[in-house]
Amino acid sequence: MRKLANMKKLKLKELESCLQQVDTFESPKLLLEQYPTRPHIAACMLYTIHNTFDDIENKTIADLGCGCGMLSIGSAMLGAGLCVGFDIDADALEVFNTNIEDFELTNINMVQCDVCSLSDSMSETFDTVIMNPPFGTKHNKGMDMIFLKTALQMAGTAVYSLHKTSTRQHIEKKADEWDVKMEVVAELRYDLPASYKFHKKKSVDIEVDFIRFSAKKLLN
Amino acid sequence: MKLLTHNLLSSHVRGLRPGGGFPLQIQASEVRVRPVPFNAAFVARLVPRLRWAALLEAAESLGHPSELPPEPAPDYEADEPFLRRVHHVLLEVEVLEGVLQCPDSGRRFPISKGIPNMLLSEEEA
Repeated sequence: MRKLANMKKLKLKELESCLQQVDTFESPKLLLEQYPTRPHIAACMLYTIHNTFDDIENKTIADLGCGCGMLSIGSAMLGAGLCVGFDIDADALEVFNTNIEDFELTNINMVQCDVCSLSDSMSETFDTVIMNPPFGTKHNKGMDMIFLKTALQMAGTAVYSLHKTSTRQHIEKKADEWDVKMEVVAELRYDLPASYKFHKKKSVDIEVDFIRFSAKKLLN
Repeated sequence: MKLLTHNLLSSHVRGLRPGGGFPLQIQASEVRVRPVPFNAAFVARLVPRLRWAALLEAAESLGHPSELPPEPAPDYEADEPFLRRVHHVLLEVEVLEGVLQCPDSGRRFPISKGIPNMLLSEEEA
């Protein structure tokens, strides 16, 4: 149905409008900090990863905390060799599965698991790791850093991730400790919709860094 | 679950020996073969990184013996028929329903609608 010719040459606008057709969480779960990566942000991230760093086309990609698959689906459209989405939540993966069928994508797989338990068993198994991790605020403090550590172990080349700008110093310190290079690719305004009851306003803008991490030894 | 994903995946039950939990043994009750566009460059890049014996064993266990050699030929990059066979086994053969079993702990993980469920209980993780 939503078939695309020559996907790898997609323009940013086209990618974004495709991603607007991705179905997302029906009832987001607070404990898992589920909120979809907005199509605009996902498209900007992926377009940069593809065009500036060439870390998508013909690569194996892991999407940690993939949810309904926004980032995976975008990567698949840009010519990923295979993208594997990892998530703990069966409901999210079911929506993801329906999305894959709707888009007729054949280069995506999913695995249901706790990302926190993956770390040392899958060292450097993927070229690229992309993720929009839980920000690790509310009930799961530090979750963002657990995701990041796992991602760094799984990636052979680079990790792309979103983190609250307010935590940048902390992340810089950790990156130094782990001996990885960290580059803030862009500062974004993340429009966090009021998905949960405790949100008083309709939506809140928060400042988010789009960061690329790579091993220092690779010097790229 | 494609066999490429299987080739990357290991069990992470607590207390396994280093490098343990691989390869997961497959018991499939439903397998689908679906065409995927062939991409020679991608497959050629994968070949040296694959865990070859595990791939052969997985294909065999699904009843899709792959006509693949015991190890990749030295000049595999230019050998399109070979790359196509690898492509087929890695990306076109998929397990939809079945079980993965950890070779070390014996723990079984169900595969449903093509998605392996690797979740562990708190005591196991």
